[in-house]
Amino acid sequence: MEDILPVIETKLREAFGEDIISAEMMRDFPVFTVKKDRIIDVVKFLYDEPEMQFRFLTDLCGIHFPDNKGQELGVIYHLHNMRRNWRIRLRIFFPLTDAVVPTLTTVFSAANWMERETYDFFGITFKGHPDLRRILNVDDLGGFPLLKEFPLEDPTRVDKDDKMFGR
Amino acid sequence: MAQAKQKGRMVQQTPPETAEKLEEKEYSILNLGPSHPATHGVFQNILKMDGEIIIDSEPTIGYIHRAFEKLAERRPYNQITPITDRLNYCSSPINNMGWHMTVEKLIEAKIPRRVEYMRIIIMELSRIADHLVCNSVIGVDAGALTGFVYVFEEREKIYEIFESICGARLTTNIGRIGGFERDFTDVTWAKIKKFMKEFPAILKEFEKLLVRNRIFMDRTIGAGSISADRALNYGFTGPNLRAAGVDYDVRVMNPYSGYEDFKFDIPIGTNGDTYDRFMVREHEIWESYSIIQQAIAKIEQMPGKEFKGDVPDFYLPPKEEVYNNMEALIYHFKIVMGETNIPKGEVYHCVEGGNGELGFYLVSDGGRTPYRLHFRRPCFIYYQAYPEMIRGNLLSDAIVTMSSMNVIAGELDA
Repeated sequence: MEDILPVIETKLREAFGEDIISAEMMRDFPVFTVKKDRIIDVVKFLYDEPEMQFRFLTDLCGIHFPDNKGQELGVIYHLHNMRRNWRIRLRIFFPLTDAVVPTLTTVFSAANWMERETYDFFGITFKGHPDLRRILNVDDLGGFPLLKEFPLEDPTRVDKDDKMFGR
Repeated sequence: MAQAKQKGRMVQQTPPETAEKLEEKEYSILNLGPSHPATHGVFQNILKMDGEIIIDSEPTIGYIHRAFEKLAERRPYNQITPITDRLNYCSSPINNMGWHMTVEKLIEAKIPRRVEYMRIIIMELSRIADHLVCNSVIGVDAGALTGFVYVFEEREKIYEIFESICGARLTTNIGRIGGFERDFTDVTWAKIKKFMKEFPAILKEFEKLLVRNRIFMDRTIGAGSISADRALNYGFTGPNLRAAGVDYDVRVMNPYSGYEDFKFDIPIGTNGDTYDRFMVREHEIWESYSIIQQAIAKIEQMPGKEFKGDVPDFYLPPKEEVYNNMEALIYHFKIVMGETNIPKGEVYHCVEGGNGELGFYLVSDGGRTPYRLHFRRPCFIYYQAYPEMIRGNLLSDAIVTMSSMNVIAGELDA
């Protein structure tokens, strides 16, 4: 596979300068960390720019690093340029207290449910999303299950006693 | 801002006489699902109907959500395979192999060619099973039950092949990280060859029933169509995208497991309607059939009987070696105590599942379980286009559209 990291990095740096925080290769994927507020501009740029044409949103998901103080939450975008078969990953990180991200539904219709899922599991609010509700979990779950502090098992259960056997 | 608002209102405004008519009209609300025989899974659609025409629909999903991504954060890598079974349960082996390959990518394991071809046989068999279910169910929903009965017998034979390899039929948990549990036995090979011999006649019979059937064509042509542009924007992949006319197939675009050594065509449609989706799947079955033939021929020419790569972290050593050999003892201990060495890193790996690009985004922090695992489930992503696809169609079109999209509840809800 041709080395696409420098090509895309130059383009992005030209257009966004310091807003591209890092660019690196992770296995077979070029990965760019972007400032949160510029993410939609970056995606739009990659969508429109004739040499880039990342016109397919492969995946969008959240991630939680409780130990990264000030950067606990993240959203990860996988974009695909089908013409040239380039795949890239964009990441944004932001604090738990400011979990508001601009929505990508303006560019990709596919982002609608993916963002709802991310909201459902991480409590990340997508600003401008047309219909931001829980999608897989029940409405009164009271918590965001994929945050690391959320217990895997219902903590209120008394019928499961781990005292003797642990796990 | 004010101008934009004004503009928005202008666009929404309908001419007076129509508006009056609309006011008079009473729409009926129809509840399709959550448990309805025609949805083939547990999900609800609240349809707003004008007579028999669908004005709008509101899908609700999540009825069988099982928190796989959370579960995966507490399970060792080999115990995640059974979870993947339950994503698209019509083609579990593809999900299993996809997961194995993701971990192999993370630990940078080298897999022998023979094992890769064995995997291809399994994956293509399960693709055939998946497409057979989908296509025959389109027939059932259009009122043709006969074909369904024909091909389900063949699907049964495919499941018997899986059974002789791994002991399970539907939720297979087939193979391991690094290869297979054991080599295919002679019985398995005999079963595969018998299937290969008998299958074409039955599939041809099935095609005779439906492909040029006037009633079936009238029911499916133009039902639930989507343009290539919209399909791409909605993140469609797999047969549904190809039916819309985009020749995207992960097997060709990013070959994995040795697909680059095989010759096969990517069938595409033009209208993206139910009939095209049916036909694309039908042709894909033939392509899969030819891939299996090629794979069998390739394996027969190979010397040796390898069935796994060199990944001692995931294979318990034989007991007699554990007692007599230090290295084997160490690996035995590490595996049993869950201390396998997994490197840190992030990988994304995708395979062409029965419904499209099935992706695994895996973040490892070096611990014994994944730090974060996200499944890119093709069903979940393209099902959101369903309201747009059935708008203005008849209710009966909505039913065949849903079955032709092959919406599998397990994959939808994860």
